[in-house]
Amino acid sequence: MKMKLFGTTTILAAAFGLPAMAQTPIKIGFISTFSGPQAAIGEDMRRSAELAKEHLGGKMGGRPFEIVYEDDTFKPDVGKQKSEKLVQQDKVNFVTGYIWSNVLLASLKAVTDEGDTILVSANAGPSQIAGQLCNKNFFSTSWNNDQTPMAMGEYLQKKGVKSLYLMAPNYAAGKDMMAGVKRTFKGEIKGEDYTKWPDQLDFSAELAKIRAAKPEGIFIFYPGAHGVQFLTQYVQSGLKGQVPLYQVFSIDAITLPQQKDLALGILGAQEWVNDLPNDANKKYVADFKKKHGVYPSFYGAQSYDAIMLIASAAEALKGDLANKDKVRAEMKKANFKSVRGDFKFGNNNFPIQNFYIQDTVKDASGMLTLKTVATAVTAAVDPYAANCPMK
Amino acid sequence: MDYLLLQVLNGVQLGLLMFLLAAGLTLTFGIMDLVNLAHGSLYMMGAYIAWTLIGWTDSFVLGAILALPAIFLLGVAVEAAVMRRLYARDHLDQVLATFGLILFFNELVRVIWGPGGKSIAVPAFLNRTVEILPGVPYPAYRFAIIVVGGAVAILLAWLVARTRVGMLIRAGASNRRMIGALGVNIELLFSLVFGLGAVFAGLAGLMAAPITSVKIGMGDDILILAFVIIVIGGIGSIKGAFIAAMVVGQIDIVGRAFLPDLLKTFMSNAAASTAAPAISQVLVYVVMAGVLVWRPTGLFGQRT
Repeated sequence: MKMKLFGTTTILAAAFGLPAMAQTPIKIGFISTFSGPQAAIGEDMRRSAELAKEHLGGKMGGRPFEIVYEDDTFKPDVGKQKSEKLVQQDKVNFVTGYIWSNVLLASLKAVTDEGDTILVSANAGPSQIAGQLCNKNFFSTSWNNDQTPMAMGEYLQKKGVKSLYLMAPNYAAGKDMMAGVKRTFKGEIKGEDYTKWPDQLDFSAELAKIRAAKPEGIFIFYPGAHGVQFLTQYVQSGLKGQVPLYQVFSIDAITLPQQKDLALGILGAQEWVNDLPNDANKKYVADFKKKHGVYPSFYGAQSYDAIMLIASAAEALKGDLANKDKVRAEMKKANFKSVRGDFKFGNNNFPIQNFYIQDTVKDASGMLTLKTVATAVTAAVDPYAANCPMK
Repeated sequence: MDYLLLQVLNGVQLGLLMFLLAAGLTLTFGIMDLVNLAHGSLYMMGAYIAWTLIGWTDSFVLGAILALPAIFLLGVAVEAAVMRRLYARDHLDQVLATFGLILFFNELVRVIWGPGGKSIAVPAFLNRTVEILPGVPYPAYRFAIIVVGGAVAILLAWLVARTRVGMLIRAGASNRRMIGALGVNIELLFSLVFGLGAVFAGLAGLMAAPITSVKIGMGDDILILAFVIIVIGGIGSIKGAFIAAMVVGQIDIVGRAFLPDLLKTFMSNAAASTAAPAISQVLVYVVMAGVLVWRPTGLFGQRT
């Protein structure tokens, strides 16, 4: 019976001249953190990827597609294992996701080299991959780590802030963030602290140092749950109202429900804000809010864009992904409606895009959200692009 | 000067939390001769149980107070179900079994509370600063930790030094067989000691929760430090655990607060910022090694 059915299908397929791949779904692996205190980020990314799937009608270039989610448990070694599993066992066509720079750095080769699979980072943007380690199989729908703090530094420089105290966790992204802000902020650096990552959540010693150093501002990078803890302790220490806080990736739609009013009036930089006035973004934010009752975060927006970028290549090639060179060439065009507005890829496959300054405000219904208050830089190219041997 | 005072207080606060965790560990290790790797799980359970009870009662203080007997019962239950079978075994079996308990508790939390982690808000009346000296503000919640931790340390010192139970505990630490031979109900004493250790660990967990958030495996990271403390202090000695916890608390703060600046005097800025966190992480182990060379049984350990 089974044989007969199989035979019939084969004959049918042959009769209608359908290439076999038209039925096989395109597979996209998705690595993120779905457990532990940072799981809320992974959930936001998953929701956005699923929304992209819904908006695409579950199809890319005429082929159905599926997304296989894997939990990196916030650990580089686990992220690498899961990436290998996606490439070797699930035989995915693309791998996307990746919140953490250290997880991405550990996983890069397992995806791009061994499998010749295309990796689209939906968040992490370590300087190494923007520069020397740049790879034809790597694309980013986010940024290089240095860029967002560079935008913040530029803004503070223009604003006339004379001195800063810098704090970030001691891992790949933290180092890039510190380097980034120092590229554009030329005032005095009163001090800088790297804290243990990810286990240090108590910042009492550092906050006491800041009090003694008396800077004109504090610049921090504390993503996710760490941002919540930092902000709470900053307020408890009594520094709010004395030394203003400026941040990157430490206040977003995911952390706001826990940070609440403490976050009001604290400026940050970002390449995407939920109120950017383009049609793709309006649709994304409105549908996300209708479905989940909350605003999406930039992690989600970048994940949505990652799926849309992959879809644009599949559409252009009518679902035929066999020729990797063609797939890469189509990806490189970035021919899709990004929720941040149109952007081009640089030689290192990182976006050339604008960065905005955002503030925390309350919307009409009293819900906390982020609002664009200024454009910090336009069409910014990351500082490592020149080190990338790709043209 | 103000700055120094703030940092010393930060160290004291950290040290007191570590002491609460280490006290239970040193008692079970010293008296029951039990290596309990799952002690950190009790710290985690304390935080999760408190999170639930605080949600029910809508009050941090009430939830925290109700959590303590719950953790005591949990400790007694774990002792009766698992630990009791391990006393006669050697340390390797105990390590294996209690490591299994860590996995069990982590999975249990995942089933009951989900994988996402929780946060406990600082109670409103402590969400401000207190002036410890004129013009020197200190977070009220951290000050409360110092007060509660200090009070518990004094209570424990009184319990061990002045009460009959304390006498039995001290006797148990010196010679467990002998007090059994003298007709003391060892089983009951062990249950009680283990339950008490669980309460202290749980209290540390729930007090740390508003600072560090409640998550799976939160006790595993801090357990290593607790072992370092009991080794420095001398196994079985409450006094040793207290002093060692204070030392470790101060070392951690010194490593974070003063070491980077010290390194910058003879290294480049970038090198110092990279080296300082690494060095401060190993500093306590260096101190432990030093203490062990000087006094192989720890500061207040039994001479054998």
